[in-house]
Amino acid sequence: MNGKNKEPLLHIIKRGSIPWYRAWGIRIAAIVVALIVCAVITMTVTGEDPIQVYLTMIDSSFGSERKMWVLAQNTAMLLGVSLAVTPAFRMKFWNIGGEGQVLVGCLAAAACMICLADALPNGLLIAVSALASIIAGAVWAGIPAFFKAKWNTNETLFTLMMNYVATQLVAFFVIIWEVPKGSGKIGIINQSTELGWLPEVFGGKYMLNVIIILVMTVGLYVYLNYSKHGYELSVVGESERTARYVGIKVEKVIIRTMLLSGAICGVVGFLLVSGTNHTLSTTLSDGRGFTAVMVSWLSKFNPFIMVLTSFMLAFLDKGSSAISTSFGLNHSFSDILTGVILFFIIGCEFFITYKLSFRKAAGKEVKESV
Amino acid sequence: MDNKNAAVKMRNISKSFGTVKANDKIWLDIYRGEILALLGENGSGKTTLMNMLSGIYFPDEGEIFIDDKEVVIRSPKDALSLGIGMIHQHFKLVDVLTATENIILGLEGKGRLDLKAASQKIREICQTYGFDVDPDQHIYEMSVSQKQTVEIVKVLYRGADILILDEPTAVLTPQETDKLFAVLRNMRDAGKAIVIITHKMHEVEELSDRVAVLRHGQFIGDMPTKDTNAQEMTNMMVGHPVELNIERPEPKDPKPRIEIKDLTVRSIDDVIKLDNVSFTANSGEILGIAGISGCGQKELLEAIAGLQPVESGSVSYINDDGSREELLGKDPLSIAELGVVLSFVPEDRLGMGLVANMDLGDNMMLRSFRRGRGIFTDRKSPRKLAKNVVDELDVVTPGISTPVRKLSGGNVQKVLVGREIASAPTVLLTAYAVRGLDINSSYTIYDLINRQKEKGVAVIYVGEDLDVLLELCDRILVLCGGKVSGIVPGRGAKKREVGMMMTKLGGDGADER
Repeated sequence: MNGKNKEPLLHIIKRGSIPWYRAWGIRIAAIVVALIVCAVITMTVTGEDPIQVYLTMIDSSFGSERKMWVLAQNTAMLLGVSLAVTPAFRMKFWNIGGEGQVLVGCLAAAACMICLADALPNGLLIAVSALASIIAGAVWAGIPAFFKAKWNTNETLFTLMMNYVATQLVAFFVIIWEVPKGSGKIGIINQSTELGWLPEVFGGKYMLNVIIILVMTVGLYVYLNYSKHGYELSVVGESERTARYVGIKVEKVIIRTMLLSGAICGVVGFLLVSGTNHTLSTTLSDGRGFTAVMVSWLSKFNPFIMVLTSFMLAFLDKGSSAISTSFGLNHSFSDILTGVILFFIIGCEFFITYKLSFRKAAGKEVKESV
Repeated sequence: MDNKNAAVKMRNISKSFGTVKANDKIWLDIYRGEILALLGENGSGKTTLMNMLSGIYFPDEGEIFIDDKEVVIRSPKDALSLGIGMIHQHFKLVDVLTATENIILGLEGKGRLDLKAASQKIREICQTYGFDVDPDQHIYEMSVSQKQTVEIVKVLYRGADILILDEPTAVLTPQETDKLFAVLRNMRDAGKAIVIITHKMHEVEELSDRVAVLRHGQFIGDMPTKDTNAQEMTNMMVGHPVELNIERPEPKDPKPRIEIKDLTVRSIDDVIKLDNVSFTANSGEILGIAGISGCGQKELLEAIAGLQPVESGSVSYINDDGSREELLGKDPLSIAELGVVLSFVPEDRLGMGLVANMDLGDNMMLRSFRRGRGIFTDRKSPRKLAKNVVDELDVVTPGISTPVRKLSGGNVQKVLVGREIASAPTVLLTAYAVRGLDINSSYTIYDLINRQKEKGVAVIYVGEDLDVLLELCDRILVLCGGKVSGIVPGRGAKKREVGMMMTKLGGDGADER
């Protein structure tokens, strides 16, 4: 043998299976590597001490009880929207209209608080706002689902476009209800009476929000994995022909699942208005409808893993804006750090599914020939 | 033969996928001017071995020699430059392009694209070997066998003289198969080396000069075809003696079960798929449906199962007491609600009969999930059923939590058939139940179907292998272009006669009369 290049340098081999502790080992290693890379970038680009930067990030989320509540609230809201898009995704219905569905939920809740505050007792007002938000979200998701089921329209474009309609609708009503006139803002609704506001429970400002979202998490997990509906929507997602073959009515399942998806978005909209901000603006949803797509995918559509993923994203988001203010850095820099971390976390899934095997012959042969 | 030099020598070739050893130290010689049949059960490593020769996989260890020179094949391109071309089971052609365009696709030429010269060269190739294909025809206008011809011409055009064909006859009619074999013999006589992978024993005996047998990834042996027979080859493949006769018990007390009258089906693009089809399927009997592919078999079964919109006609289900239920216009769910237990093993196993990404238990649930309590599915009994099917039908699987897409073809089919007969049907529809299955699995399936027949089930068996249809079925209905060409008794029918009926309404005899 004359030492010619026999084999390709490396092969990509699919792993049969991998024990869970190794999978998680790879994930943790990815985060560690990501933090090191971020540290190197921080030092070379800004000259700041990376340890200080990381401490600031942690402090921004865990520094005080209030900060922790804000983190919990952000996590819960992101988790809520992620839960909402998940049944649709399991059905391979690409609902990227979470943003719009949340916004119409916000709009419905705000409308009830503004228009019905004098007409209804507080308890009933809250219930009516919640119901209105749920219906609004469901309708907003149901429209594209109906068109998909009836005429097989493209749901991705349709739900995306519905976002813009929702934003404009909210902008329109903000002008109608603006306080004071000409400010272009609504301000806090029912600030003095707190009518239609969700009450504080167990002493935490956002406790009720968090509890509601967690209950929905468990509920959705059970729905997806143990109910007939959940089974039907998985079959429809995997293969419509199989679904028809066993007598599942595909159109019905599509519409039903999207109504659910939109209804959960509606709940999040309600919580954002009645439980958190007590106002209405076009930015209330804050891009969560899109971030949720990522959360849902990263968690492989498992509601419990979504708790972790949305926590991580909410933490990164909070931390990166904190470092940009306290170190006087450009906001893009913190986005770069977030991007690097996400790159590693998503990228490491490749190493969980595949294994790289390098050419071994070359090295051995050299040794033998010596 | 001994004085010839091998065109290809494979030595000590091994390849593993995860923990599975697909090929284990295989030695194989391929000679020019010879047709080699590569035999083995599903999962014995035939396709893996050939994929390594054609550059799709890279062997873990071992050497490959072409004309006694050691070579490294890293990609299909490397393989082609060494003169190795493979024709896969699934065609890789662009529908909207012509044959010529498909054939030269991806070839790097100098200067201007000269389609005329290319089609001239293609014509020459066709003439040399006796191919019947028009270079200027579009792929979407072609029949399956014409598409296959284009695939073969494609590798010849690129200068291949070692050809590998992976189950080329699976989709062809007997007549088309004869044509293909004639061409292959021409190519052999022109000095090309040909490897054919097939499950059909009579084709091996008819066509090949030499056979090589693989079993569980190991090379078992090779010999000249004339020195062996189907029984010996099968025993080598399976590893123990196998009974090669399909049994055919006499139907017991057959009564009309499904009566079809004047069934007409039109496809979405307004093509008549079934034209005034009428027949009766009896209980305790296997009714075979023969016909070239795409002449209405799929539509017929799906119309009975409630999956195919129908233009006119009727499908009646006849109960034991003689009362009738009309099945047309009902979907599978409402048919089941009538109390008619109709099982259907569709042609597209993973795309229709099963959910590829779900595990065995969840796939069993497809038929039974509605039976759960309240809003919840019943998860226990499907898992029990999955275990039973695995045990009773010897399904090879790591467990019932394995996604079915990871099982081999034969095991997938056992899972599907096992689920369908578990519901104790009165009508069993099967479409190409043994397509792609090895001998052992095929006989398991024939056996299961026969057991159902003995239980008094009306079996409708759509098949493509005429030899099997003639051995298994009590009656054979022949379809030709969506019309009933005739119904012949299975016992005593001639293969040639049925073959003629498939291509011509009523067959030859009708014309002479």
